[in-house]
Amino acid sequence: MLKINNLNAKIQEKIILSGFNLEIKPGEVHAIMGPNGSGKSTLSNILSGKKGYEVSGEILYENNNLFDLETEERAHRGIFLAFQYPLEIPGVNTNIFLKTSLNSIRKAKGEKELDALEFLKLVKEKAKELKFDEEKLNRQLNVGFSGGEKKKNEILQMSILDPKLSILDETDSGLDIDALKIVADGVNALRKKNNSFLIITHYQRLLDYIKPDFVHVLMGGKIIKSGGAELALELEKKGYENFN
Amino acid sequence: MRDKQIEDLKDYKYGFSTDIESFKAPKGLNEEVIRFISNIKKEPDWLLKWRLKAFERLKVLKEPDWQKPKYPKIDYQDLYYYSAPKSFKEKPKDLEDLDPKLLETYKKLGIPLQEQKRLNGIAVDAVFDSVSVATTFKDTLTEKGIIFCSISEAIQKHPDLVRKYLGSVIPITDHFFATLNSAVFTDGSFVYIPPNVKCPMELSTYFRINASDTGQFERTLIIADKGSYVSYLEGCTAPMRDENQLHAANVELIALDDAEIKYSTVQNWYPGDKDGKGGIYNFVTKRGLCKGKNSKISWTQVETGSAITWKYPSCILKGDNSIGEFYSIAITNNHQKADTGTKMIHLGKNTKSKIISKGISAGKSDMTYRGLVDISKNASNSTNYTQCDSLLMGNKCGAHTVPYIKNKNSNSNIAHEATTSKISEDQLHYCQQRGLNQEEAVGLIVNGFCKEVLQQLPMEFAVEAQKLVGISLEGSVG
Repeated sequence: MLKINNLNAKIQEKIILSGFNLEIKPGEVHAIMGPNGSGKSTLSNILSGKKGYEVSGEILYENNNLFDLETEERAHRGIFLAFQYPLEIPGVNTNIFLKTSLNSIRKAKGEKELDALEFLKLVKEKAKELKFDEEKLNRQLNVGFSGGEKKKNEILQMSILDPKLSILDETDSGLDIDALKIVADGVNALRKKNNSFLIITHYQRLLDYIKPDFVHVLMGGKIIKSGGAELALELEKKGYENFN
Repeated sequence: MRDKQIEDLKDYKYGFSTDIESFKAPKGLNEEVIRFISNIKKEPDWLLKWRLKAFERLKVLKEPDWQKPKYPKIDYQDLYYYSAPKSFKEKPKDLEDLDPKLLETYKKLGIPLQEQKRLNGIAVDAVFDSVSVATTFKDTLTEKGIIFCSISEAIQKHPDLVRKYLGSVIPITDHFFATLNSAVFTDGSFVYIPPNVKCPMELSTYFRINASDTGQFERTLIIADKGSYVSYLEGCTAPMRDENQLHAANVELIALDDAEIKYSTVQNWYPGDKDGKGGIYNFVTKRGLCKGKNSKISWTQVETGSAITWKYPSCILKGDNSIGEFYSIAITNNHQKADTGTKMIHLGKNTKSKIISKGISAGKSDMTYRGLVDISKNASNSTNYTQCDSLLMGNKCGAHTVPYIKNKNSNSNIAHEATTSKISEDQLHYCQQRGLNQEEAVGLIVNGFCKEVLQQLPMEFAVEAQKLVGISLEGSVG
């Protein structure tokens, strides 16, 4: 599904990623763990199409060169990023944003756009599953939402858009234990045969609830060790400093 | 495919011109031309005298130059002050006699005039260059005693009303452009709503400038008698031409006791090309008088077109407990310039005013909000709330806020809030990650920014205005 070969990334002459390799197959859940400044967010930014990076190397998504695809085309083809810091958009109703997003993607895929009633039915159902306060859907997007609500809103969007590859960028940070469980439930509900996940996190905690197939340790811009779920526990015990 | 769509949108879709033979007054501004206009409109003597008085006054007035957008000197002797389709030498009595080219023009603009195709629930007065070509739904309105016709027709048929109110809000001595308009105005709309009548439909005037080298001097007069209500909307477009054209309108509103006038504008004059060549100079004087107690006047404007927009739709709150409102969205892109805002003059007791201004500047454009809130000594217990928000796109445009506040009454209260923000790359990235393309993302963010004002527009126009807001900013990012 996703194949990253020898990815290098610079921003304003500063090297962030160098010689980064990763392969994610359909249906797999990968976790990337690493200390602050190791390049985790850069990776999710580049995968989502954020501009401003100088990149070399190759990223293949479903055998297409990812760099040939605009940000929205990546979204149309099933790449979803749950943002570390979800953006506020004043004046834009959350429901309307969600509906516009879903219908843009459906349209690009040649599917029928949902009308207001069909959309509301879907969003109500998903909000209920995620225990997301429906009243918030009528508020301006993320404006006045708490940190936890913003993160839950990302997961709600993810479950409505039903992406093929979901990237969760530190979705767990700032969440209390109840919210963490809800987020994990949302991810687990989407874990179908062909959906893949890339979970970026500092802590092992989230992985108690979402069991990854692979764990990678990112330090100094590249993966220094890969293993199974047990690697996260080892990392938690030793800390990044004494790892290696 | 997408590029093609964007390219299509970027073009000003009302930029076509109608090839129609026109009948013009000789070029130039002088007494003869004023007599010519008055004569062709078969005006009564008092009106000709009124025009000439304005012209005398004009001779001593200087063009104001305190505004932010500067423009090359206008040669007033090199303009046509009257231009009408030739077939209008004798005004056609009904639509059947109307030049098919005119019907076609309005159809292309989305304003069908023929009975069977009329817009639902909206009566339209269509003004082409210097003349009103048709007014729809007249019969329905007449039943209620509502007068909705061109000002030329009102001068003939309702001279007493016109004489009583014309120039009562904008006197002929007011300022250069207003006085110029008083001397040479050609056509516009006239509305009278009788006491205790709620106008059952939206009244709308559609202004079209077609002829080149021609100034359009619109004059509109709306009177809401005691206890009445009317919602009025004007739309404007013009062909793409290399030269700048002047539209200097005077609009006067009068609300008597307990009456309410809601006046909305969707201004989409040709803005000029990407390099700032051509476009309309939209120098307009709009003023409403809340003459009676408990009266209300509400201005809503969506200003997206014109090379230069220079206007301050104002309210004089004379009646006790009267209310003035101003909701504005002004968008400038490429080389467009706007200096717009409002004046709220509080004279009566317990008067309230509210100003919500949303300015969006993109490209190399420049936007100024200029507003006056003046609470006089006798206007006790009055309040004003002003909110001015500016949104910048890119780093070559400008936004300025110039509020003037005068409060001479210690029991009155003025609140002013202002913000300036930029559409952030991160916001755009967020929307694009959710599948919206860049133009859709900008449209969504900008419409969110303007929402409070868009909500004020009549339903039928809100959707159209929302699209227009998006289109005006096409190609302004990235």
